[in-house]
Amino acid sequence: MASRNPARPLSPHLTIWRWGPHMLVSILHRATGDGLATVGTLLFVWWLAALAGGAESYATFVDTFTTDTGKLNILGWIVGVGLTLSLFQHMMTGIRHFFLDIGAGYELRTNKTWAMMTMVGAVVLSIGYWLYMGMN
Amino acid sequence: MGSGTQLGRVRGLGSAKEGAHHWLWQRFTAASNLFLMLWLLIAVARQPAYDYASMRLWVQSAWVAVPMLLLIASVFYHFRLGLQVLIEDYTHNESRVVSMLALNLFVLVTAGIAIFSILKIAFGAAA
Repeated sequence: MASRNPARPLSPHLTIWRWGPHMLVSILHRATGDGLATVGTLLFVWWLAALAGGAESYATFVDTFTTDTGKLNILGWIVGVGLTLSLFQHMMTGIRHFFLDIGAGYELRTNKTWAMMTMVGAVVLSIGYWLYMGMN
Repeated sequence: MGSGTQLGRVRGLGSAKEGAHHWLWQRFTAASNLFLMLWLLIAVARQPAYDYASMRLWVQSAWVAVPMLLLIASVFYHFRLGLQVLIEDYTHNESRVVSMLALNLFVLVTAGIAIFSILKIAFGAAA
């Protein structure tokens, strides 16, 4: 592949456009997806491997994210809330993409509304999930 | 095929007939991810306890081990396609090739460990 000629003009990018919810959720979809794919994957695989490895390795995993009383520590909260928010945001924007894929929801107002609703949905579902976990 | 320009060399050959493959499988796996992740979220939330013995017993069940394996196949395929797009957008030339190889290595190693762990628990090898 020939290298790109730096003298050629670039298409307008983030610094040119006025920001709107559709841009934000598009970037959030990528950022949360990549976060889940890297941090999420490593944690999930660590949890599975620790569980398969035995009581000792599982204790190491649990102790990393909890205090002696069994409650989540600071790291546990950051990782836990970060992952649930990311997962629900990616899930909501993913569902939005299914609608966009069939050609629906491109009208300016509709698009803006549902872009914002994905963020509202992600926050509400995350809070709901943690409240349920807390009551359990 | 001559040694002309890049465009000249491919002109007239038609499409490679796989342009939609990546796009389609990202959607197929997105749909299966939706169901499998909702199952995982609900199943985890409904667990009475999260200690070692309870979790082992839970994953040992075929009703958990099988969906968990399907989830790994679906989610890992999906995030491999997603990270590929990230790499294609931001890296070029040699670094793109290296990044893609590193991505495949990451996916295969993590998937291998995850699948082995589930099977080890499910088939009841003494911990």
